[in-house]
Amino acid sequence: MGQVISLLVENRTGVLSRVVGLFSQRGYNIESLNVAPALDSDASRITLTTRTDLKGTEQVVKQLNKLVDVIKVTPFDSGTQLIREMALVRVQVSEENRAELLALSEVFRARVIDISPRNCIFELTGQSGKIDAFLENVRAYGIREIHRTGELTLGRGKAGKQKGAFGGQKPK
Amino acid sequence: MSPNAMMTEKALKGSDITVEALVREGVEVIFGYPGGASMEIHQALTRVGSDRKMRVILPRHEQGGIFAAEGYAKASGKVGVALATSGPGATNLITGLADAKMDSVPIVAITGQVPAWLIGKDAFQETDVVGISRPITKHNYLVQNVEDLPRIIKEAFHLASSGRPGPVLVDIPKNVQQSECVPEWPSEVQMRSYRPYIEARKRELEHIAEAIRGAQKPIIYAGNGTICGNASQELGEFVEKTGIPVVMTVLGLGVFPSNHPLCFDMLGMHGAFYANYAVNHADLLLAFGVRFDDRVTGKVEEFAKHGKIVHVDIDASEINKIKEAHIPVTSDIRHVLQELNKMDLGKQDYSGWVQELDGVKQQKPYRYEDNGEDILPQYVLEQLSEKTQGKAIITTGVGQHQMWAAQFFKFLYPRTLLTSAGLGAMGFGYPAALGAKLGCPDWQVIDIDGDGSFLMNLQELATAHIEEIAVKAVIMNNQHLGMVMQWEDRFYDSNRAHTYIGDPRDPESIYPSFVAIAEGFGVKGRRISRKDEVSEALDEMLALDEPYLLDVVVPFTEHVLPMIPTGQTFGDIIYED
Repeated sequence: MGQVISLLVENRTGVLSRVVGLFSQRGYNIESLNVAPALDSDASRITLTTRTDLKGTEQVVKQLNKLVDVIKVTPFDSGTQLIREMALVRVQVSEENRAELLALSEVFRARVIDISPRNCIFELTGQSGKIDAFLENVRAYGIREIHRTGELTLGRGKAGKQKGAFGGQKPK
Repeated sequence: MSPNAMMTEKALKGSDITVEALVREGVEVIFGYPGGASMEIHQALTRVGSDRKMRVILPRHEQGGIFAAEGYAKASGKVGVALATSGPGATNLITGLADAKMDSVPIVAITGQVPAWLIGKDAFQETDVVGISRPITKHNYLVQNVEDLPRIIKEAFHLASSGRPGPVLVDIPKNVQQSECVPEWPSEVQMRSYRPYIEARKRELEHIAEAIRGAQKPIIYAGNGTICGNASQELGEFVEKTGIPVVMTVLGLGVFPSNHPLCFDMLGMHGAFYANYAVNHADLLLAFGVRFDDRVTGKVEEFAKHGKIVHVDIDASEINKIKEAHIPVTSDIRHVLQELNKMDLGKQDYSGWVQELDGVKQQKPYRYEDNGEDILPQYVLEQLSEKTQGKAIITTGVGQHQMWAAQFFKFLYPRTLLTSAGLGAMGFGYPAALGAKLGCPDWQVIDIDGDGSFLMNLQELATAHIEEIAVKAVIMNNQHLGMVMQWEDRFYDSNRAHTYIGDPRDPESIYPSFVAIAEGFGVKGRRISRKDEVSEALDEMLALDEPYLLDVVVPFTEHVLPMIPTGQTFGDIIYED
């Protein structure tokens, strides 16, 4: 299981390359990455997944905290966080198996957002495991294309109360 | 902007705003080499009023310029400023930036950039220096609007000098230098994402005190952080109060005087036998402002494994990076020492422990074998140390001479050994000496160099002569790249693989003639090759108040010892041949 790290960063030129560059400099690998504007319009939210152990997470969180444009780093653990991913999946269909495929998609609460004679595009949201399971089940029909967002996270409970390990909040 | 500011200030060009911002930061010396993209700033520097103390030094290579800025910063504790043009000017700064990052030197590097509309078009002398320097700066900026200049320069100085110091690069496109605005000068820096100053909590201090009260064989392992953090005095008081002996990293040397009975000198790969013994046998390691570098620890699992480890550093990412600490404390080291000096730390008697260390020191001191004829570099350094009584700033290149300087010169004051430790950049010594002399004009400044290292920046002899900077260079000339040669001797059956830098067609000669080169630059020099010349030659050199070069011919057969080979342990130490 990858370690999900959520970062609040200043919305400035070059911030993403500072963050991404740090991972390669320090020998860590990024498995998924998502960047979008945050509530505060001067800031952006970066959510990324990396494969590392506890010690590696501690080190990478501390190094991220050192980046001047990084406002806050939160390493998430599975107990206190909500993690969602979205995927768009283009699957091959035929007259014969269309009904069967649509029934299957119901089980995963995947929405059909486009249908053409030979293709069907599904949109689904959930934990990464659910998306993996859906892909596994539709593989036999012929997956043409996949686009996943990578994981997005927010801590449970009140906003601003979530606390990461290793002093995710910058020291005051 | 306040209306008053509008009334009193007139519009200025970006170049003049840059220079005015530097003046406002109290900059007195700039090391700048002009080019097409930075000449606007140089023009502005000629417009600085004569009432302002601002000296522009023209190095003869940008690398010399930034090394000089580092020497200035390390010696004086102030921020060093280097200025270069775009493209090759900027890339020539890179080694200096990397060095400043590794050794936490406060540097502001300003580079000219091609005009904004040419960025990304592969313009003449265009280089993405912000991209290139990202991993080797503490932070960097590309200035996109002239209005941002006052804020960015102020932030750059704040970032470079606060917390764990480091280099900050500001890249200014030429059109930004040329466009005008009425500058708005910020009175303070506001950066919500940067809180550099951290103080230990009460509870953490109590943990340290408790560890000290329970220790029988404690040792202090002091590094660059104690010097950057200006904690020399507090460290001295702490040692007097507790009686705990001290060892230092190469960058820590000088923070505690080497003539003190509780000083056990440098630890690490080429550190003293007794310093490494002390760390290996200690039951408490007080690691103050250090980063457990591999040249210090050798095999990490074996390092200081008999003791509890207290690790104090201002940079949280250093804690647990290499070695897990039992008591990790992220804090300004000066604050920790000030607080500990007020606390009850018990009344232990460490005299048995200190006697044990003294015994080891007497048995296995730093040593070398003198044949009475050849000049050994160790002897020169002993002589120099004695003659100056530690009242000198020593800079070095990288290699054998660097380690001998660390071993045989007795450092008594912080900021008196300036060396490229983390990066190990050859060619550092001479330009760093120039900067140090400008920062501390009343000090004797001596570059202890190797023939290989000196060759890498000898163009700076011109800077010394033209700018009348009275630094001395002592070249330990063994015609080899000595440290690599030493490894060849020990691990590669003495097979010489491009480590001989003399003239193979005339191996009896000493090549090149540094004295003739110096003379060509207008710098006096002398070559010596007999032991009985050393004392008198050093006296002559020290008495001069002008640049001087002393070329000392030394045998290439000498090795730096002791030595703990890479990745090994105290038990594997090679003390003598």
